[in-house]
Amino acid sequence: MSVEPLASQTSPQARFTLPLPAFLRRHNLQLWIGLAIMGIIVAILAIGPLFVTADPNRQDLLNAFGPSSLAHPMGTDQLGRDILSRFLNGGRVDLMVAVIAVIVPFILGTALGALAGYFGRWVDVVIMRLADIVSAFPFYVLVIVLVFVMGNGMASIFVAISLVSWVAYARIVRGEVLVLREEEFISACRASGLSTPRILARHVVPNTVSQGIIYAMSDIVLNIGVVVTLSFFGMGIVPPTADWGQMMNDGQQYMGTGNYGLILWPGFAVVLVSLALALIGDGLTNILKPKR
Amino acid sequence: MSPESATPQPSQSQPGQAQPLLEVDSLTVDIDGEVGKHRILDDVSITLEPGEPMGLVGESGSGKSMTLRTILGMLPPAATVVDGEVRFRGRNILTSGSGRRYDQKVRGTGISMVFQEPAIALNPVMKVGRQITDAIAERKGLSKRASHDLAIELMDRVGIANPESRVSDYPFQLSGGMRQRVMIAAALAQEPEILLCDEPTTALDVTIQAQVLDLFRTMQQEKGLGLLYVTHDLAVVAQLCTSISVMKSGKIIEHGNLQRIFDEPQEDYTRRLLSATPRIDDGVQLERAT
Amino acid sequence: MGKYIARRIFLMVPIVLGVATLSFVLMQLAPGDPAAAYLGDKATPEAVAQLRHAWGLDQPFLIQYVQFLGGLVIGDFGPSFIFQTSVLELLKLRMPATLMLMLVSVIFAVAISIPISLWVAATKSPTSAIVSRIFTATVQGMPAFFVGTLLILVLGVNTGLFPVGGYGRNLGEHLYSLVLPGIAVALTICPVLIRSLTAALNDSLSAEYTNFAMSKGLSRSKTVTNYAFRNAGITGISILGIQVGHLVGGALIVENVFAIPGAGSLLMQSVLARDYNVVQALTVVFGVLVVLVYLLTDIIYSVVDPRVRLGG
Repeated sequence: MSVEPLASQTSPQARFTLPLPAFLRRHNLQLWIGLAIMGIIVAILAIGPLFVTADPNRQDLLNAFGPSSLAHPMGTDQLGRDILSRFLNGGRVDLMVAVIAVIVPFILGTALGALAGYFGRWVDVVIMRLADIVSAFPFYVLVIVLVFVMGNGMASIFVAISLVSWVAYARIVRGEVLVLREEEFISACRASGLSTPRILARHVVPNTVSQGIIYAMSDIVLNIGVVVTLSFFGMGIVPPTADWGQMMNDGQQYMGTGNYGLILWPGFAVVLVSLALALIGDGLTNILKPKR
Repeated sequence: MSPESATPQPSQSQPGQAQPLLEVDSLTVDIDGEVGKHRILDDVSITLEPGEPMGLVGESGSGKSMTLRTILGMLPPAATVVDGEVRFRGRNILTSGSGRRYDQKVRGTGISMVFQEPAIALNPVMKVGRQITDAIAERKGLSKRASHDLAIELMDRVGIANPESRVSDYPFQLSGGMRQRVMIAAALAQEPEILLCDEPTTALDVTIQAQVLDLFRTMQQEKGLGLLYVTHDLAVVAQLCTSISVMKSGKIIEHGNLQRIFDEPQEDYTRRLLSATPRIDDGVQLERAT
Repeated sequence: MGKYIARRIFLMVPIVLGVATLSFVLMQLAPGDPAAAYLGDKATPEAVAQLRHAWGLDQPFLIQYVQFLGGLVIGDFGPSFIFQTSVLELLKLRMPATLMLMLVSVIFAVAISIPISLWVAATKSPTSAIVSRIFTATVQGMPAFFVGTLLILVLGVNTGLFPVGGYGRNLGEHLYSLVLPGIAVALTICPVLIRSLTAALNDSLSAEYTNFAMSKGLSRSKTVTNYAFRNAGITGISILGIQVGHLVGGALIVENVFAIPGAGSLLMQSVLARDYNVVQALTVVFGVLVVLVYLLTDIIYSVVDPRVRLGG
């Protein structure tokens, strides 16, 4: 006999995490599946180019849009370049840029958010107003305009992403610090005469960092999107360096010829990476989320 | 215990039939938590006669609220009834609904409930008048006008001053005591025979508590309500109820009429509960005086 | 409520000023000379100097800044040099398509997100949670241009059901040609929408007021619509409001994929052609648009939530 499961209270904790089945949560399967997928992708991109020795930029116009063969397992593109080799090398570039582009916003945002939350008053007002202004611009508009100002290329992408993405980290960390500031052990630090920078660096920031790390997983996904999108529109990674975005642009231009591989391989790779990172993010949430 | 208040003459449900109004019969409920199954109600039996006000007493986590929620068929999804029945007028309402589910028709007309915290049990973005009458309006197909008027009447009956204007207020515009009165009005709108109360005065100020308790007593006596009043405060029980069940760790450990429990508690736990409530005898005195 | 809205507008002013200032400063930092770019390669230095003077580019930074702000107030963004017309004219020509695309996208986004959130919140089953999570994670990882390209591939080129580009001439054609772009843009905001809506629904479905409504004997369907949906819907409005930035971003990208003559493709063209005034104007306009939508969200919220409306 079962009493009808009506509107009811689940545990407050389950309300804020996903209503995933208990066995998934208990063993944190998401984290392991995510890490496994990510590990395989990284391994392929890292080791792959050692085996696929074809030059990603060697053109062979006579062999344009060549079919899949032993020499070119994924075929060749419109200039007769080996797609597999471009795929592997392009993926390396995109992932590297996306991951590295998380570091500066993470540090910058954490620092500014900690300052704003810890000191409050005008420091808080100035930093958070700045954050409001930056986030008033649509993300892609600001990134594209920044690239317009600084010119194409990897350096511009890093700077553009850094100038825009710090806001999210700052808001997360500020919120955590506001809570933490009132806690006893921080007042204890203050009372025992620790200097403010030391309290911030040794006691406040470490306690807020886990939320930033969780967010960083989805931030990497966002960054991959930025890099690939900018490159797709010819504003990102500068040719001849191979990159998934450009490959997909090539593919889109020649879509009419029925050669979909150029779009689909990189496209699905991006999706797979994002899926893996999302799973890792969920898994980390289970581990790191403070049980309040 | 005074005979006048002990046996209020039930108006509609004369105990001509020997049948009790509500029988909770060896109810056993498990909940599936993070650490596995856990028994939250263990062989709980309660019998409520028509018009009987009963106190259900115990510490928090003893299963009092769960008992009420099971009677209303509103257990959390993680909880399952492993064994037992809840009979309302002899019918097991846990399974007498369509598809052998809980019989939803009993809610409101047969049994209803006043929740602990009016601040969260009322919808913050809906006018209180509508919350009082929406269930009865749906069942009886009342017009907007009619349910509006009914809401005013019901609010008046629970002692809300100026109900014509209060009916269009939102919960946040009312005081805590008034919100609790609104909830009582809503619970009694369909003239149920049993009112379940889940510590309905703990969220209120002491003076307001007394007023609301007074309202409960008036309503209980006027309507001959069966009352199952959950609380940890024996003084409240003394003022309102004629019998007591004591709960501990999901079990009913002692049951009896008010006087008997107060005079000669059988269980050590009950004795300790009583000694922790120094005002009890004053409360009973007070009750007798009125 | 009036006081609340007045306060919101007051808070908006410094943000709008900041948006304008940041746009101005960025353009000042941009390399190259708009006057030289306008006149082309064959211009004499004298001609360039003359135009710089005419446009006030030889003025000190602060004077230019004040002139820029003054121009914004009256809607004067200067001329565009690739389109040989005033930027304001260009905006009038291009903004409607973008706004229309955003509107269509919102409708699609809501139409996709609500059923999924409802399904997850109502069933509370592991299956629905996992399916929804995989959907949101997958969609979140898809760049908007990739979704657009896939849609062209699957529903445009191969079936011919929908136009794969352009904007048409009348409202019907506009809407028809915005179906695929609309879905592509909608999918960029769906993940956040679904996750937030599901959480809001979970909260309202398990809220004590919903339990109390059931206990009064209100039917399950009425309880769900009048209590759970109503309250989650109010939360949903603000969730939707803060997505506007992503909508603009999505529109910007998707317009280029589908060759829609909107402000997004205008921005991309202007960036590639280094049309300074247009880039600057669009930066400000998009920034202000976001702030205005935030304001609108606050106003709608204050109307539907009595706690704000009646000043609780």
